Amino acid sequence: MSNADTRGQTAPSSEARRRFLNGIAGAAGGACLLALGAGLYARQAAALPAEALRPPGALAEADFLAACIRCGLCVRDCPYNTLKLASPGDAVVGGTPYFTARTVPCEMCEDIPCVKACPTNALDHQLTDINKSKMGLAALVDHETCLNFLGLRCDVCYRVCPVIDKAITLEKQHNPRSDRHAMLLPTVHSEHCTGCGKCEKSCVLPIPAIKVLPTRLAQGKLPDHYRKGWEEKEKHGGSLIGEQVRMPVRGLEDAPPAASGSPASGSAGINSGWKP
Amino acid sequence: MTTPVKPGLVHPGREAVTRRGWLVAHKWLLLRRLSQGAILLLFLLGPWFGVWIIKGNLASSLLLDTVPLTDPYLLLQSIAAGHAPYKTALIGAGIVLAFYLLVGGRLFCAWVCPMNLVTDAAALLRRRLGLKGGRVPPAETRYWLLALTFVAALVTGSLAWEWVNPVSMLQRGLIFGFGLTWGIVLAIFLYDLLVAPRGWCGHLCPMGAFYALLGRLTPIRVAAERRESCNDCMDCFTVCPEPQVIRPALKGSGSRAIAHGDCTRCGRCVDVCGQNVFNFSLSINRRSVS
Ligand code: SF4
Ligand code: SF4
Ligand code: SF4
Ligand code: SF4
Repeated sequence: MSNADTRGQTAPSSEARRRFLNGIAGAAGGACLLALGAGLYARQAAALPAEALRPPGALAEADFLAACIRCGLCVRDCPYNTLKLASPGDAVVGGTPYFTARTVPCEMCEDIPCVKACPTNALDHQLTDINKSKMGLAALVDHETCLNFLGLRCDVCYRVCPVIDKAITLEKQHNPRSDRHAMLLPTVHSEHCTGCGKCEKSCVLPIPAIKVLPTRLAQGKLPDHYRKGWEEKEKHGGSLIGEQVRMPVRGLEDAPPAASGSPASGSAGINSGWKP
Repeated sequence: MTTPVKPGLVHPGREAVTRRGWLVAHKWLLLRRLSQGAILLLFLLGPWFGVWIIKGNLASSLLLDTVPLTDPYLLLQSIAAGHAPYKTALIGAGIVLAFYLLVGGRLFCAWVCPMNLVTDAAALLRRRLGLKGGRVPPAETRYWLLALTFVAALVTGSLAWEWVNPVSMLQRGLIFGFGLTWGIVLAIFLYDLLVAPRGWCGHLCPMGAFYALLGRLTPIRVAAERRESCNDCMDCFTVCPEPQVIRPALKGSGSRAIAHGDCTRCGRCVDVCGQNVFNFSLSINRRSVS
C-alpha cells in the first residue's frame, strides 16, 4: 500500500526509475529463490518410492508429472478405493494418485473407470484392455520364505492372479531335499503381468515373498549383443556351427553316475536344469 | 508505533453498521463466506454422503457427471511442461476461462479460493491487534512469480510450482485429506499477520495474478457510484485487500467503476461504507482500464 500511495507524487524521474529497478531486482530475486526451491524439491520428490504404484495407463513417470494436474478424479472413480491421492508429507509427489499393492491392490476393472475419469490423459485413454496395463511387475523376491520354494503347495499368488497361467505359472522342479517330491515354483512372466498387486496382497506370509515393484526396479535387461543359442538354432533350423566333435573329458571318461539325493551332485546344482 | 491508532483502522465499518444494521453492512461478506463454504461442501457431499454433484477438486472436476471444469492456470502449466492437452481438460478450461472472463477473474479469489479465509483472518487479526508496518514485496512480484511458474514448468518438464503451491495444497487438503498441509497454511497466515500485510494474496500469489489478468475486461464491477458523498473516513481503504484499485474510481474524475484487474469483487467496500458510495454495477465502459 505504501508503495502505491507514494508513487503518484512528483519524484524526480531518476528516483522513480531507481525504485522501479530496485523493485524488479527484489522481485526477481525472491522469485528465483522460490523457483529454485520448487525445482530442487521437485527433483527430490520425483523419485517414487518402490511400494507406490501408479494407476493403470499412467504415462512414464516424467511425462506423468507434466500431465497430471492432481484433480483426484481417478481416485474418486475407483470403485475399490484402491487409488489414493498423495498429501504433503507422503513420500509420493503431493496430489498425485498412487496405490500400495499390499494395502489395496488394483482389481483390474474391465471398463477401467480410473482411466476414463482422467481429464488430462495422464492416464492414457488409449489403454482400453486392462490386461495390457503395466502398473508394475511382480517379482518373487524371497526364495527363502516362499512356501512353494520350501516344498509346500501354497499356490495362493498363482491362484489369485487375474491373468493366471500367463502372468504367473507354477514351474515344476525336483525337490532335492526330500528327493521324492516336486516343488512348484511361482514364476512371473513380464509379458503378461499387469502389476495389479493381487499376488502381493494375498501372499500368506506376514511379509510377502512376492512383491510388485515399479518395472524399472523389478526387471533386468540382457546386453543387446547377447543371443540365446537355442533360439538362434531354432530360427536357423539347425545348429549354426555344424556338427561338433565330442571330446572326452580327461579324468571323467568313466566316472560313476552321480549319487542322487545330495544337492551338490547329479540332479541338483548347476546342471540340474532348474529354471525358475 | 507510539502514535494512537485511529479507531476506523481497528473497526472499519462502524458507521455502516449503525446506519444500516449489522446484516446489511456484512451482506457481501456473508454471501462470500456462503459461497466459499458451499463450494467446499459440494465437493465433500460425494465422499461424505455419496451425493455426487461435483467430483474432483478445484484443479479439475466433473459437474453432474457431465460438465468438465479445469483450472486454466494448471492446464497452461501442464502445457508449458510439455504435455499435449487432452480434450476433456481443454473443454473444461475453456468453460472456466469463459466464466471468469465474464464475471471478473479475481472473483475466484474472493468467492471460491479457500486461502482467502486464511488471509482474510490474518488481515482481520492484524487490524484488531493494531499491528502496523511490515515489509511487503512490490505488488508486481506476483506477475514475476506467475511468469516464473511457467518457466519452471518448462525447465523441469513437470508442474514444478504445484509441488509447493499453497493454494492447490489447501483446497486439495480440504477435499482429499490434509497431511502436512496445515504447516504451509500456518506459514502463510503468520506471514500475512506478522511480516507483510496482505502479503500473500496481494503481492505474491501467482494464481491470483493469473486471474487478475483475466479480470481486466470484465463487465461486472464495483463502482463508486455516489462518490460525491464520500466523507474520507478511509474505511474502504482499510478493508480492501487491494486498496490501490479504489483511488482512481473514488477520487478520480473518470469512470466510477473499479476497472483494475486486481479487484477481487469481494464487495467489502460496498458493505463497509457508511455513505453508501459503492455498489456492484454492470458496465461495459473500457476507457478507465488501467
Ligand atoms: S482398474 Fe479399477 S481397481 Fe484398478 S485402479 Fe482403476 S478403477 Fe481402481
Ligand atoms: S484423473 Fe488424471 S489428472 Fe486427475 S489426478 Fe488422476 S491421473 Fe492426475
Ligand atoms: S501383479 Fe501378480 S496378480 Fe497381478 S498380474 Fe502380475 S502376477 Fe498376476
Ligand atoms: S490471491 Fe491466490 S490465495 Fe489469494 S485468494 Fe487469490 S488465488 Fe487464492
